[in-house]
Amino acid sequence: MEGGEAPLPGGAGEKRERLRVESLTKVYPTGKRALDGVDFTIREPGVVAVIGSSGAGKSTFIRCVNRLVEPTAGRILLDGVDLVGLDRAGLRAARRRIGMIFQEFNLVERLTVMENVLAGRLGHVGLVDTLRRRFAPADVDAAFDLLERVGLEGFHDRRADALSGGQRQRVGIARALIQRPDLLLVDEPTASLDPRTARQIMRLVRELAVERATPAIVNLHDVALAREFADRVVGFSAGRIVFDDAPVALDDSTLDRIYGGENWHAPPEDDPPSTSSGARPTTLDDAGA
Amino acid sequence: MSASLAARSWQPSSMFGGRWQRRTLLFAFAAYCVWSIGDLAIDHARVMRGFGRAADMLARMWPPDFSRWELLGRGMLESVQMAIASSVIGAVFCVPIALCAARNLAPAPVYVAARALIVVGRTFHEVIVAILFVKLFGFGAVAGMLTLAFSSAVFLAKMIAEDIENVRPGPVEAMRATGARFGQVVVFGIVPQVVVRALGVFIYRIDANLRHSTVIGIVGAGGIGQTLAASFTRYDYDFSAAILLCIAALVALGEWFSDHVRRRLR
Repeated sequence: MEGGEAPLPGGAGEKRERLRVESLTKVYPTGKRALDGVDFTIREPGVVAVIGSSGAGKSTFIRCVNRLVEPTAGRILLDGVDLVGLDRAGLRAARRRIGMIFQEFNLVERLTVMENVLAGRLGHVGLVDTLRRRFAPADVDAAFDLLERVGLEGFHDRRADALSGGQRQRVGIARALIQRPDLLLVDEPTASLDPRTARQIMRLVRELAVERATPAIVNLHDVALAREFADRVVGFSAGRIVFDDAPVALDDSTLDRIYGGENWHAPPEDDPPSTSSGARPTTLDDAGA
Repeated sequence: MSASLAARSWQPSSMFGGRWQRRTLLFAFAAYCVWSIGDLAIDHARVMRGFGRAADMLARMWPPDFSRWELLGRGMLESVQMAIASSVIGAVFCVPIALCAARNLAPAPVYVAARALIVVGRTFHEVIVAILFVKLFGFGAVAGMLTLAFSSAVFLAKMIAEDIENVRPGPVEAMRATGARFGQVVVFGIVPQVVVRALGVFIYRIDANLRHSTVIGIVGAGGIGQTLAASFTRYDYDFSAAILLCIAALVALGEWFSDHVRRRLR
């Protein structure tokens, strides 16, 4: 499953295309053109950070890949299979291979940690077994392993709404990884967390993506996190990719291109959007608990 | 900020718009009250005679006559059975209706059809439905049970559909993203979010059905209501009093049970 399913064609020659997005376009019913002909290819495992201001199309992009948002035009090839043309059964089968991690964690609050993790295996069990919470012993075993790996050993019977934000996101990560995905879609994983927890979570996402040789597309609003944890950075602006390179190539002029002009060396107090959005969801999270 | 601006005033915006709009509304309401009271044409003599009859009736009600306790007991039992059976049947049928009537789950045509069913079902009071079902299925508890089952299903479906529409969309999206089928998305993503409130509404409905079951008997749909109606037509007011006391006790018991269970659910 872990990327080694099929031998790489051509060996050391041209690398296998894991994900290829061709002229992906999304126009919402409101007329907003969220994605405007995006071309994008992933050939190797590792973390691809997607940055860009709010409304640049990051979230739409990531949701188009597993068709939580239906693309208007374009092709999405996962290991050569076009996801856009799939029927419902085919789409479900494809989604089983794509793990997703969310900004708001999206755990089912009244369920236990174990149930939330095993929800990642729903694509592999029937409806009756779902009702009876019967999962394959191997899946339960994998869930225990993953909980241990994300640092939540012994938490399996806790209810999800009893966890802190960082713990919830760890459950979210375990839920995505128990799918044994060929691709990870990670949407603003740290935006609801405090800065310290955010770094821990990003480090965990990166370690797991590397360990399992799984490519991960990570939407980030925090450029510093992208610089530190990504192998490659893609910049979105107005629905187009305006930057696609290694993090070291991110300089002020490229940031200008992605975000529009701004003084990038101003002290953080002068940068209310990013600091406030880092702190706000933590209180939201407390209120929701 | 400066002291010279201290006299700035602020008022909350009114619910009824501007001052003149408010005055017009008030005037219209006063005019309506005057007209409507004048139009009632209250016949004082008739009201007074009514009080007299009430005194007579109350006197004949005392002491309540429990001597026909078997008849009374049978009626009460039938009412309770009707209430419980109809609640359970209603709970079963409400699930598909609720799923179809939730905008965030059902496709538009299904949604509209389910909402139409709910609107039609709620338009007619239980007593009207009971009259219809008595015509269809004859006098007795079957008509009553079907009546209550129908209105319970519609009521529960409406309440649960609204809860489903208010679930957090995130977990539902997460379940869809794992490749789960529709049924699994419902079981894992939606049921846990609505189940506690749904149980509360269900228990409230058992309580409501107990009350309704005592009423619909009056139009011949079985239960203690039928016994009560019969006792009134035969002027057995002392027996009526006994029945009313029992109904009051039953309803109070139902309410206590409902309250107790719903508090523990939270």
